[in-house]
Amino acid sequence: MRFLSRRLIHAALVLFGVSILTFLFTSLAPGDYFDEMRLNPQIAPETVAALRAQYQLDRPLPVRYARWLNSVVHGDLGYSFSYNSPVGPLLWVRARNTLLLTVTATLLSWGLALPLGVWSAEHLGGFRDSLISWMMAGLMAVPDLALALGLLLFAARSGWFPTGGLASLGFESLSPMNELRDLTLHMVLPVVVLVLTALPLLVRHVRAAMAGVLDAPFLRAAQGHGIPRRRLLYRYALPAAANPLISLFGFSIGALLSGSLLVEVVMSWPGIGPLLVEAILSRDLYVVVGGVLLSTLFLVVGNFVADLFLYWADPRIRVGPVAK
Amino acid sequence: MASILEVRNLHVAYCSRTGVASSAIVDVSFSVRPGEILGVLGESGSGKSTLAASLLRLLPASGNIQQGSILFEGRDVLQAEPRELESIRGRRIALIDQEPSAALHPTMRVGDQIGEVLAAHEYLDKKVRRDRVRQILETLFPAETERISSSYPHQLSGGQRQRVLIAQAIACGPSMVVADEPTASLDPTTQREILSVFQSLRQKFGLAIILITHNPSLLAGLADRVLVLYAGSVAEIGPTDSVLSSPLHPYTRALLRCLPPPLCGADEANRKAKLPVIAGDSPNPALLFPGCRFEPRCTDRFETCRKREPAAVSLSEGHTVSCFKFGG
Amino acid sequence: MQPLIQVEYLVKRYSGRGVLGSGEVVSALNEVSFSVAPGKTLALVGASGSGKSTLALCLACLERPTSGRIWFEGRDIAALDEKQLRAVRPQIQLVFQDPASSLNPQFTALEIVTEPLLVQRKWGTREMHERALALLERIGLSRDMASRRTGEFSGGQRQRLAIARALSLAPKLLILDEALSSLDCSVQAQIANLLLELQSSLALTYLFITHDLAMAAHLGDEIAVMNRGRIVEQGVPEKVLRAPSHEATRCLAAATPGSIVTPRMPGAL
Repeated sequence: MRFLSRRLIHAALVLFGVSILTFLFTSLAPGDYFDEMRLNPQIAPETVAALRAQYQLDRPLPVRYARWLNSVVHGDLGYSFSYNSPVGPLLWVRARNTLLLTVTATLLSWGLALPLGVWSAEHLGGFRDSLISWMMAGLMAVPDLALALGLLLFAARSGWFPTGGLASLGFESLSPMNELRDLTLHMVLPVVVLVLTALPLLVRHVRAAMAGVLDAPFLRAAQGHGIPRRRLLYRYALPAAANPLISLFGFSIGALLSGSLLVEVVMSWPGIGPLLVEAILSRDLYVVVGGVLLSTLFLVVGNFVADLFLYWADPRIRVGPVAK
Repeated sequence: MASILEVRNLHVAYCSRTGVASSAIVDVSFSVRPGEILGVLGESGSGKSTLAASLLRLLPASGNIQQGSILFEGRDVLQAEPRELESIRGRRIALIDQEPSAALHPTMRVGDQIGEVLAAHEYLDKKVRRDRVRQILETLFPAETERISSSYPHQLSGGQRQRVLIAQAIACGPSMVVADEPTASLDPTTQREILSVFQSLRQKFGLAIILITHNPSLLAGLADRVLVLYAGSVAEIGPTDSVLSSPLHPYTRALLRCLPPPLCGADEANRKAKLPVIAGDSPNPALLFPGCRFEPRCTDRFETCRKREPAAVSLSEGHTVSCFKFGG
Repeated sequence: MQPLIQVEYLVKRYSGRGVLGSGEVVSALNEVSFSVAPGKTLALVGASGSGKSTLALCLACLERPTSGRIWFEGRDIAALDEKQLRAVRPQIQLVFQDPASSLNPQFTALEIVTEPLLVQRKWGTREMHERALALLERIGLSRDMASRRTGEFSGGQRQRLAIARALSLAPKLLILDEALSSLDCSVQAQIANLLLELQSSLALTYLFITHDLAMAAHLGDEIAVMNRGRIVEQGVPEKVLRAPSHEATRCLAAATPGSIVTPRMPGAL
């Protein structure tokens, strides 16, 4: 219990600190949302000043921060100038879209990386292992952007997949079955890009962790007991190699909101990515702060989940050496 | 009585990645009868662990069995298919590896680890498995069975871990157990306990045991016969009493002489006297030369010893020596 | 004669740490007192968990005792701070049980032995090399082995190297913590002879920790038996092993082959 409460306090402090820093940095950046308007000769400076006063951008920094905190408590997370609505609901819709992509991609990439990594480690140094290593190295070398654009080109040429976006026109009029099909078709390309970019790192780590465990004495001893090969790999070797992988999984969770920014922008997926980019460029202050805060929340939760998982999975951490 | 294990002319060699070949076992032959305890006495470089691994064909990729036959319960282990091997290992013959702390899975409960061995050999019903696990643990840990069963390896002492390894080995009721240095990291009292466990296993279940160790004093009073292994070959094999009290092979004699004097003979005059040693270093398996492997360090050597290897000569009551002093 | 090292009422307690802080206190050493005369060997025996290794660590100043005094050359080294200890450390050296893990396998033999000299920074490179090579020869490793990596050595050779490393700073007291236990019997005899020879030529004092009673009786001028963090019996080997007074000694002696002692109560410890 002490452990849990300590981590929660720690998490709260991190979020607090991040919010202050983000607030500070975006405010320190020269100019604000209404600068565009000021450059426009048709709008009177008084109008601009009035607008700024209305959105309280003329108040000192600490006051603005305090008001923002207040709105966080109410679930609004501030106000977006561009969209003319509270930030909270805006982020929520976009976050949902992002998560749809990233959760699918994360599950798929781990689901592929585990068997691939185990297979590589099993045939360490052999032809099969080298083949996988080369393929992964190749994938790593290709920039995400190139991959995304390449796939878009392929979609445009072949017509098999829609070229971006979340839904086709007239989505609402489709039957549920067709809605699902439409959504899936739209998801395929971005998910493929995300999986292909995440896969090399994961496979390498799984392979390394497994290779470290495969010549452990307990594995040989289990083999001596006649435990069949498949079981040896997945029930004996993988759990023993799990510790570094669990930490890595924590990072995967942490990157659920932030890892897909590039793909979303290039493929016009209406997720948090494009929203944030837009907000940063137009200095829509509260959207930026809200977005960053949400990403940080995921990161903190991801680490926390990884720690819990580690605690559960490894009895050497959970239970002391002296048996009760 | 028919032997349960017959090893004939076994040759095992390792080939390192750079192509250097080293012979670990050279022309080893012996047999083990049901219910017999054979002690294998060997130091580092003698090939004892290779021998243990070969019996179950558990050699690493760089090792290969070049020649010879291993007949276990009438079946040729060297010709067996992988599936047949998997069914023999743990079920008919079990290996207890060195280092109990490393031979147990670190994050699995002890009871589950024993259960895994059972599950691999047709004990598929969960309840039957659980009962059998309890039954086995009760023979080895008469008190605190439940606690041990639900503990993790890092919560147990060295002696307890060793017993868990023994439990895993006897779980499926094998007819033979190969124990590789089972008491290496334990203190004397625990050593005695483990050795008496082996003795009671033989008495209760008629288990044949091959006990591999580098310490001759462990075999006295426990093993029926002793096989002395040097540089991959059998130097001497015979009844324990004969081999340990009147050793024939120069290596065995020199080895037994360099033990510190027994406690009952402790007196001030002997204290801190130099112990007789075997000159030179332990044999290097990568170096291959024609003569007797012990010749460089032997005090009784003569011309023939450098030229060819001695053959095994059988002297009284099953006591066999490979040394030119006795013929060969 | 003034003892080289005298331990008085040494206590060492560890508090258990779980992730959730179980806070159990373990008494590894419970008011241990003994002394060793210069040039002599004290053999310390006991079952696993009796506190032998903790004692070795405290004496080598690698662990701070909870309370008690360790008198070495007129000073209480348990009370010294790190800076003062630096002058004392070269005098007390430790040889560990497992030569495979106490020596860096990537280092060459020469590097292993010169490392302590490097840390002290008192000698030039050539002088250090000469000292190291002379030491290697003394412990039975020829000069051409000096440039080989320790990973290529046998167990016995590695243990010789560990002893050479310990001797490079010319210590007065050598603590051997189960230094022979992981070696083959024939190699144990070789290293034991080496230790005896070094003791007489270099006037070393040994604290020989082991659970092998036969070797303890052979090498020790005195034997001290530890049980549960205390020294329960001490004396010359003949007396302690032929007519032990404490049950722990009795059990240990009975478990050692060639002994005429049987425990009064089997399995009592």
